[in-house]
Amino acid sequence: MNIEQLHNQYKTSLKKENRLIRFYQILIFIVFFSSWELLSRKELIDPLIFSSPTKVWHLFIQKLGDGTLLSHSGVTLFETVLGFIIGTLLGTILASLLWWSPRLSKILDPYLVILNAMPKVALGPIIIVAFGPGFPSIISMGAIISIIITTIVVYTAFREVDPNYLKVLQTFGATRTQAFREAILPASFPTIISTLKVNVGLSWVGVIVGEFLVSAKGLGYLIIYGFQVFNFTLVMLALMIIAVFATIMYQLVELLERKLIKD
Amino acid sequence: MSFLKIQDIHHTYFSNQTAATALADISLDIEKGEFVSFLGPSGCGKTTLLSIIAGLFPPTSGKILLENKPLKANSDLSIGYMLQQDYLFPWKTIEENILLGLKLIKKDEGLERIKTLKLLSDVGLGDTGKLYPRELSGGMRQRAALARTLAVDPKILLLDEPFSALDYQTKLKLEDLVFETLKSFGKTAVLVTHDIGEAIAMSDRIFLFSANPGSVHKTFMVPDELRELTPFHARNHPQYPMLFQTIWKELESLEY
Repeated sequence: MNIEQLHNQYKTSLKKENRLIRFYQILIFIVFFSSWELLSRKELIDPLIFSSPTKVWHLFIQKLGDGTLLSHSGVTLFETVLGFIIGTLLGTILASLLWWSPRLSKILDPYLVILNAMPKVALGPIIIVAFGPGFPSIISMGAIISIIITTIVVYTAFREVDPNYLKVLQTFGATRTQAFREAILPASFPTIISTLKVNVGLSWVGVIVGEFLVSAKGLGYLIIYGFQVFNFTLVMLALMIIAVFATIMYQLVELLERKLIKD
Repeated sequence: MSFLKIQDIHHTYFSNQTAATALADISLDIEKGEFVSFLGPSGCGKTTLLSIIAGLFPPTSGKILLENKPLKANSDLSIGYMLQQDYLFPWKTIEENILLGLKLIKKDEGLERIKTLKLLSDVGLGDTGKLYPRELSGGMRQRAALARTLAVDPKILLLDEPFSALDYQTKLKLEDLVFETLKSFGKTAVLVTHDIGEAIAMSDRIFLFSANPGSVHKTFMVPDELRELTPFHARNHPQYPMLFQTIWKELESLEY
């Protein structure tokens, strides 16, 4: 028995474990889609409502061919990314303002609670009338849904930064701006990143609901349209594409997390 | 004329229910280059006094004069403060950490930068500049914190139990390092501690505080024989246990 041999054994056991996990993940994927296909073909589930993977695939190829899919997904993706960025940015800026002025934060506290408790999508009709049925409304929906929760979570993180870091800066005569830049913001990066992860999901909700209401373009429109003409293959296709895009966005946020947080 | 003059300091902490007087009637003078200790049981207001000297908050009444000028907020960086733990910023490298004070006054380039990096090797951390604090041991981190404090070249150093979170061996070594570094730069220093031995080994003068309200109970002069020795050697000098006993008895008497 020597150390190197044991180390190699340890490494192979790690690899084995990883392979096993990957295997089960792929297995679930295959079982899910093949049983969906099978159940649909045998009409054990209603093929009109649940469609089937092959039908969705054929529709995907067809819609990809005539270019409609690309334009609809492009519109939705654009709106979501923008809504996501605006929502997170405004939320963080609002949180910074609250940190800046403790008095302001005390004054606004009950209003934040009310705004957070209120279902933001219920504002949809008002937003659409106010901004008109187009991009601005839908992007606002994507943003508004995540602003308040971002504000609350990030502001809490700002306040929970160890006061001793501020003490260090204070003994160096730092201004409040410097304290914010040197300690508060970097110490809160982990929380900001985790709100980003939540906001990815929220922005998709906001944008899809916005497209339901405006019903002109985008994946949300495809879902509503498919529902109205009873083309559930179209609905499933839109759902699949949303799932793929949302996952990619989430992965990008995780990539950012690894870049930004060295701990 | 004294270097640091503390005049009639009173401090009371207010809350909704209570008004707790932490400090009453504190007046003392500290000379240039002197190393003094504030020694006392917990709750005797010694850390409060240190924070007031550091300008972290104003006293309820009283004045603090540094070289005859009233000390306002620490805007000219004449005061360096070392905390119980290092509080190095984990998202900055050691180099960025010790340059922090200079960065805040936009002097972290050129000559100042080179001087500061030299300071890093003075405290025995010459090759750790690019590392992050988590890659250093507790003692190394506290040494980096010392370098960070010295980087802005303060006139007076306030040490708030900086050795209390370290293991005994590291503590003894760091006491020697801080002592020698401060002596070589000719810095004035105030150490807050509840460790009698540490106070004797490091300082020239010891202010013993009593609690409720915090006030200076007694002042002890450390004999010249001990002052000239490094803290580690001072602990082994025959004079050391004698002074220890005297202070110990005085502390005991405070409890009743």
